[in-house]
Amino acid sequence: MVKVTVDGIVVDVPNGSSALQACEAAGKEIPRFCFHERLSVAGNCRMCLVQVVRAPKPVASCGFPVAEGMEILTDTEIVRKARRAVMEFLLINHPLDCPICDQGGECDLQDQAFGYGADHSRYQEAKRAVKDKYLGPLVKTVMTRCIQCTRCIRFATEIAGVPELGAVSRGETMEVTNYVEKALTSELSGNLIDICPVGALTSKPYAFTARPWELKRTDSIDVSDAVGANISLHVRGSAVLRAVPRVNDAVNEEWLADKGRFSVDGLKHRRLDRPWVRVHGKLQAVSWQDAFVAIGRRLDGVPGDRIGAIAGDLCDAESLLALKDLMTALGSPNVDCRQDGAEYDMSHRAYYTFGTTIAGIEDADALLIVGAIPRQEAPVLNARIRKRFLSAGRGGFPIGLIGAPTADPTYKAEVLGEGPDVMAALRDGTHPFAETLKAAKKPMIIVGHGALTRPDARAILASTWALAVEAGAIAAGWNGFNILHRAASRVAGLDLGLVPGKGGRSAAGMMSGGVDVLWLLGADEFHTAQIGPQTFVIYQGHHGDAAAARADVILPGATYAEKSGTYVNTEGRVQRSFRAVMPPGDAREDWRILRAFSEVVGHTLPYDTVEVLRERLATVNPVFRVIGGLDAVDVSALPGPAGGGAVSPAPFRPVFDDYYQTDPICRASPTMGECSRIYVHPRTVAAE
Amino acid sequence: MSAHSPIDQIEQPDSFAFDAESEEQIAAILAKYPPERKASGTLPLLYVVQKQMGRQTGSAWVPRVAMDEVARRLDVAPIRVYEVATFYLMFNTKPIGRYHLQVCTTTSCWLRGSDDVVAACKKATGIDGFGQSSADGLFTLTEVECLGACANAPILQIDDDFYEDMDGPRTIELIEALRRGERPTPGPTIDRLNSAPAGGRKTLADSPAEQG
Amino acid sequence: MLQDKDRIFTNLYGQNDWRLAGARQRGDWDGTAEILARGRDAIINEMKGSGLRGRGGAGFPTGVKWSFMPKNSDGRPHYLVINGDESEPGTCKDREILRHEPHKLIESALIASFAMGAHAAYIYIRGEFFNEARHLQIAIDEAYAAGLIGRNAAGSGWDFDFYIHRGAGAYICGEETALLESLEGKKGQPRMKPPFPAAMGLYGCPTTVNNVESIAVSSTILRRGGAWFSALGRPNNAGTKLMAISGHVNTPCVFEEELGVPLKEIIEKHGGGVRGGWDNLLAVIPGGCSVPLLPASICETVLMDYDSLRAERSGLGTACMIVMDKSTDIIKAIARFSQFFKHESCGQCTPCREGTGWMMRVMNRMVEGRAEIEEIDMLEQVTRQVEGHTICALGDAAAWPIQGLIRHFRPVMEERITAYKAAHGGGRITQVPLGIPVAAE
Repeated sequence: MVKVTVDGIVVDVPNGSSALQACEAAGKEIPRFCFHERLSVAGNCRMCLVQVVRAPKPVASCGFPVAEGMEILTDTEIVRKARRAVMEFLLINHPLDCPICDQGGECDLQDQAFGYGADHSRYQEAKRAVKDKYLGPLVKTVMTRCIQCTRCIRFATEIAGVPELGAVSRGETMEVTNYVEKALTSELSGNLIDICPVGALTSKPYAFTARPWELKRTDSIDVSDAVGANISLHVRGSAVLRAVPRVNDAVNEEWLADKGRFSVDGLKHRRLDRPWVRVHGKLQAVSWQDAFVAIGRRLDGVPGDRIGAIAGDLCDAESLLALKDLMTALGSPNVDCRQDGAEYDMSHRAYYTFGTTIAGIEDADALLIVGAIPRQEAPVLNARIRKRFLSAGRGGFPIGLIGAPTADPTYKAEVLGEGPDVMAALRDGTHPFAETLKAAKKPMIIVGHGALTRPDARAILASTWALAVEAGAIAAGWNGFNILHRAASRVAGLDLGLVPGKGGRSAAGMMSGGVDVLWLLGADEFHTAQIGPQTFVIYQGHHGDAAAARADVILPGATYAEKSGTYVNTEGRVQRSFRAVMPPGDAREDWRILRAFSEVVGHTLPYDTVEVLRERLATVNPVFRVIGGLDAVDVSALPGPAGGGAVSPAPFRPVFDDYYQTDPICRASPTMGECSRIYVHPRTVAAE
Repeated sequence: MSAHSPIDQIEQPDSFAFDAESEEQIAAILAKYPPERKASGTLPLLYVVQKQMGRQTGSAWVPRVAMDEVARRLDVAPIRVYEVATFYLMFNTKPIGRYHLQVCTTTSCWLRGSDDVVAACKKATGIDGFGQSSADGLFTLTEVECLGACANAPILQIDDDFYEDMDGPRTIELIEALRRGERPTPGPTIDRLNSAPAGGRKTLADSPAEQG
Repeated sequence: MLQDKDRIFTNLYGQNDWRLAGARQRGDWDGTAEILARGRDAIINEMKGSGLRGRGGAGFPTGVKWSFMPKNSDGRPHYLVINGDESEPGTCKDREILRHEPHKLIESALIASFAMGAHAAYIYIRGEFFNEARHLQIAIDEAYAAGLIGRNAAGSGWDFDFYIHRGAGAYICGEETALLESLEGKKGQPRMKPPFPAAMGLYGCPTTVNNVESIAVSSTILRRGGAWFSALGRPNNAGTKLMAISGHVNTPCVFEEELGVPLKEIIEKHGGGVRGGWDNLLAVIPGGCSVPLLPASICETVLMDYDSLRAERSGLGTACMIVMDKSTDIIKAIARFSQFFKHESCGQCTPCREGTGWMMRVMNRMVEGRAEIEEIDMLEQVTRQVEGHTICALGDAAAWPIQGLIRHFRPVMEERITAYKAAHGGGRITQVPLGIPVAAE
């Protein structure tokens, strides 16, 4: 620690801190544009100038290292003059188009001009105009507004790992551009909008939609993947207009994947807003009462084991538990949250969660990825892998991949092989990467659903754990075994036991005629043709997606934005969202639908309020008592997941081929549809 | 002013491949830098591209596909090469004429008549502004900043060569010579030894080597 | 005034053979191994004792700079990087070393590298010096072939490689950290300091960046002794210096002269006098365009050295002077510098990126007189707003010539404005010609 004086206030800051950090420690606000905590220091905007006693000229505090006894002055005439000068320079070529700028109201330049700007311009010359750039369907550019802070360039290069932005030319003709007119190839591109301090990069889908002061903000959780990114939903009236990330250093830092951010326009399209019942082959709108009665009638006389329920990927823990409780009450052991047919060993939580934790990735020193494509399945988590890759330096974080080679993972990774046979070679030491893992002090292994949705999943799981133990990834104080989930509801489903009970049928078993009545709670990620033709299907959910079209009864539910829900991310971290808007029409919160129906069939579920239901969650599994945190678990003595069966040499397959079309919300989103056309099916675009 | 305009729509070739002569140069260039610092080869390789284009097409410029090829060779992102190619003004990001007339107009040259040199260049080539090429495609006229030969101002740089102590008539003569396919010897165009004072040296008169 | 016997660059004009044979005749490569045998500390102390100050413009003591390099390697290689990006308007001295004294440079580079524990040196030569780089490359090849550099360079037991890296048209690469960026294959954008190059320079390794001339004189200094060098010039302004005169003199040229000689004497002797006589002198920019100009009155008495010019609120800079006679439109001469700096700003820092263009546009109006008298003050303020607020000194360099102009020639500027108003009937409002779009404000 070094002792630094800031405006007479003495503060202790760690060695290597910047003057800016020291100023913040002293409670001084330092204006800045180019500086961003999570990016490398550029020092180019010059707004953060401060005076250091005995330095010949003002210094950029963002990049100036502190030294013992340094005296910093942040509020002198020299400093104020310097900042006013920088502000004037920034404004001479910045258009005064705030009234038509989407950044208005949340613009750093606007805010700081308030403090350091003059009331008129002394600049009499012609202003600069810069041609706008094409960055794809998500990020809109108005490059004349750009103040060349290079945050976007650094974000793309450092965080997103897609070095596609740069500043070409020089001097006042310097332009931020991708040079080629091509959409940015990042699943994190929306963060450019947040990171741009002015209105140069704004949200294309959100353009001219609302002003920040018109919006009501509600804390929520991103359900488009299993990372559980913390988000804030911005609402005007009954519409969710945008989703932006909230800071949570343990989970998403301050990033959000494009699907979570831009699929919100799917919340108002293709919604199920009233109950429907199929009569003579045609769906008819009915009242809730009639819908429940129709189900009740169909259930009449059906034995419990001929009833089943499958929960989808976006469900909150509350509705998952209510569904399971309902099935139990109906005498059914047939319940499953694994519509993709994944296999897990649920005897210990460590076998189905991301044990290293997302933040823990930064401690790891080697990584093996088995049957997962983190860049697509969990872009924000992938950014953490990249962060570690960069911080470890050349060769400091070797990464091996097992699976079909895909697009650039955004870090240097060695493809070890395409199928599980490489695992054997790693275990017997014949593959050179085995040495790399062994040499590492904190190796980690990520197993994805490319491995877990195969018939030999259990065997792979067991051998991966064994490899982890052998490589030292399972040790006292270090858990390097990780399951990468991609469904937001999955870990909660496993925590609550939404898997077939004794003698129960799995999702596949229920579909292929194993049950007469099948309750689908937001389950859409399978071919409905798999469902036996005689099966009576109840679809409870929010979007008119594939499964709703197959349903005999439709019960309109609520999206994550329309209910307060509990979600458990891939790490096993329990997080809670709040209701941002009311469900449309007659749609209702899902646990309430289940609770109401249970009464109709005479098996009233024992909770009338969400509080009581949450108490039951905690009773069923105490992990639900801790919201937000994550308890460290010693896994070193665990025997490992149960194996069994032979391993097939077949290569691992990606779990989906279109990042932008993985759930009912994003399939209803026009923005995600456009992304899919541009990024995933570019040839179709060219042909048009 | 020859500021790069990256957004200019320029007809770009579809492909670029280094020829044998270039490959030889590249091998020599990359030997200068530590293997993991290959990116240092960015400027030299762009020169190689520009020279090769000059050899092959008569127009020494750097097309975008060639920047991509440089990026590939050096394991850097293409955008980093675009940045470099547009930052350094000796890389021509659009086609130029066979002869690149680069007139220095910075103060030292201006004080000694660079305006006349510019006027003579325009007159002899028919070009009416900086950054333009003559109708016959032979000449491109560029205004450049100080060339670092101020004691021999004004300077007209043609491709790689400095023609020094220029004036209007000598400029026209020089351009006419180029037109005839000649390459006059670079250096002072008046009676003078390099940067020594005109009329004879005032120092180093008794240099022993010269005496001996 | 300096005598030929004390001149270091005896083949300055290329009047003799610049290749190895000629260089050896002039005494280069004579007993190089013995110089190295004195050891690092002895060499650095000798250089310190010589009083040599950096010849690139900043004037930092060269021996002291060398001593900043770590004494022992921590595993990272050390580098010497020679700054041959001579681009400061008015400056044309290193060119003569590159093309006519290349062996002096190579031999000195070996000695300097040895003194700093570097086995490799890069010289960054501005791209336009194509033929100069070619000469140097020939000399390097000769030196390798003769065993003077490479493994066991000159029989000294020290391995030394010397490489040329050519720039490509960017003045800013003369700034040492921009030069390093460029050498690493990037845009020439100056780095923030600290860390300084001696701690983290080329490829993140300890590096010293020296001007061509600073390096090239060191072999002679070590051969003839620091005391010889420091006896020349004035205290704290020791030695000889390559200088040049361009502009309105009768015989513009490059020459080597002792520091501390009166400016007037230099112009008279080497430049053959001001065109039309001394009384026709308007102003002199003494050391490259980034130092403020000196009006004739000061030129009468000022000495050509670091401290004397500093005392006149100017600077020695590169000691390559631009002389202007009374026919000169002094506003236009300085406005051309503003265009230069606007053109050469790397674009990184806000004040320089935006300020150089602003200053140039106002200066261009000042040339015409299409401005308000008050705008002279505003322009002065803008220069103050750029100065001292940027990562590197280009912003300062862009500001100073204008400050010098206003300081010494404000009446000329006011006159121009008044004349314009009289001719165009201008009122209080700045005249904006038709066709220039005015931003909606």
